[in-house]
Amino acid sequence: MALSSEGADRFAALLEENQEALVGAWNDRVVETLRGRLSRTELHRQTGELRRAFQLALAGGATSLADPSAAELRAQLSELSTSRARQGFTATETAVSVFAFKEAVLESLPDDASVLREYIAFSTFVDAAALFTFDSYVQVREALIADQAEQLLELSTPVVKLWEGVVAVPLVGTLDSARAQVVMERLLQTLVDTGSPYAIIDITGVPAVDTQVAQHVLKTVVAARLMGADCIISGIRPQIAQTIVALGIEFGDIATKASLADALRYVLGKTGQSARKPRER
Amino acid sequence: MSDSGERLAINSDQDVVRVRQLVRTVAVAVKLSLVDQTKLVTAASELARNTFVYGGGGSAEVTRVDNGRRQGIRIVFADEGPGIADLDLALTDGYTTGGGMGLGLSGARRLVDEFAIDTEVGRGTTITVTKWCR
Amino acid sequence: MERVPVLKIGDILLVSIQIDMEDQVALQLQEDLAERIVVTGCHGVIIDISALDIVDSFVGRTLATIASISRVLDAETVVVGMRPAVAITLVELGLSLPGIRTALNVELGMDLLARSRAEEYDDEQDDESDPVVVNES
Repeated sequence: MALSSEGADRFAALLEENQEALVGAWNDRVVETLRGRLSRTELHRQTGELRRAFQLALAGGATSLADPSAAELRAQLSELSTSRARQGFTATETAVSVFAFKEAVLESLPDDASVLREYIAFSTFVDAAALFTFDSYVQVREALIADQAEQLLELSTPVVKLWEGVVAVPLVGTLDSARAQVVMERLLQTLVDTGSPYAIIDITGVPAVDTQVAQHVLKTVVAARLMGADCIISGIRPQIAQTIVALGIEFGDIATKASLADALRYVLGKTGQSARKPRER
Repeated sequence: MSDSGERLAINSDQDVVRVRQLVRTVAVAVKLSLVDQTKLVTAASELARNTFVYGGGGSAEVTRVDNGRRQGIRIVFADEGPGIADLDLALTDGYTTGGGMGLGLSGARRLVDEFAIDTEVGRGTTITVTKWCR
Repeated sequence: MERVPVLKIGDILLVSIQIDMEDQVALQLQEDLAERIVVTGCHGVIIDISALDIVDSFVGRTLATIASISRVLDAETVVVGMRPAVAITLVELGLSLPGIRTALNVELGMDLLARSRAEEYDDEQDDESDPVVVNES
């Protein structure tokens, strides 16, 4: 049941006349559900702004949440969702914050059956607002999760400079195909950025590899070679060595070393040898 | 679902370059990753050259596509050349009739997500490739 | 038709490919280089492809041919500056560019040429002076 424009006017007036009482009653209800995780002042500010946004929307003739005059209200609602989502409140807690407004309004309603119809329509309006909050809450959470996944990917894939001309990627944790790809692209880019002709891929911290991941590593080694850099793989665990052989993956002439230290010693040996040759022309 | 594509004739070396550039522009527009852009443009370059060298010229049509979940690019290479008699052989690494490295068809197939080929001896060849955003 | 310039720097010919080459331009470069190697007597060629956003099988094959031709003419070729995305694509394409030496950038490419040149002459000297060196042990 949609709100009539007279109804909207009437409620706009009601929200303005009783603003103090309304916000107070609203706060009392919300504070219960939030159990002290939000300061009263902060809450007071939020509900105050929301009440004002509701009033302005209704005064502007909004009969549904989609109306242009409700734009400010929608913005306020999504701001509420964003802050709640970021502060770790649940979706229900966030939506209840809006639903509670209905009860607060009901209290300040005159004891008159004739307004009941309009109240129900108004109540539908608030419901829509709460659902809107719910939706934007979910969106914000999804964005947060996506951000975190990306941050995690970055956290877990450092490419470090080990020595002049030598970079290393210590891989830790399970490597899936997507992560392997990200790591390998970043490794190749680091080779270019730092002008390092040697890279050590250390897989001590990798519990298992499957064919796809092994293929990614192998392709990276070949790609690095095409670019003019050499990769050394270190820290292959016995189980992984068995898997590699069992899967029939050819490591060919790729240098493998037991530990990162061995790999570094091997690289330094190679560069040291060439450095001993006179470089002056 | 798709927008109407952009069609380029392939009748010269310069046209192969033009196809590459068009594919690159569209690939950037649908936000393919840099590696995927490079793969798709490389595949397009191989196939455009095939159309010119083996098909005796033809056309390439580049279209943005959307399957509801992901965006992508579809390229259709068409010629009215001699067609391919033994498709399996033509798709084998290292096989060539034109003095190339024999990686054009088989290599291009590995660089895209979807690869369809329709050929008839004496009628010509149409190759459709698609790459989706990840 | 555009042409890729070939610069002589000391004992090295430097080619920096800055354009999206038509096949004919690539073939022209192949010819130009062979000629310049003979005319200048240079022993090293550096081909900088850092500006190329793709290398397809035609360009790959041209680079391999250039390397082979210059080897016959006693010049070593180093391809430098290949972008990561290009390298990843070449691997997927199945093009491993056998016989081409590569380096990350022009500077490392010049080091590589200088080193392999020095090694070549060191070896020759070692062979000659081997019987004389007794005091080193």
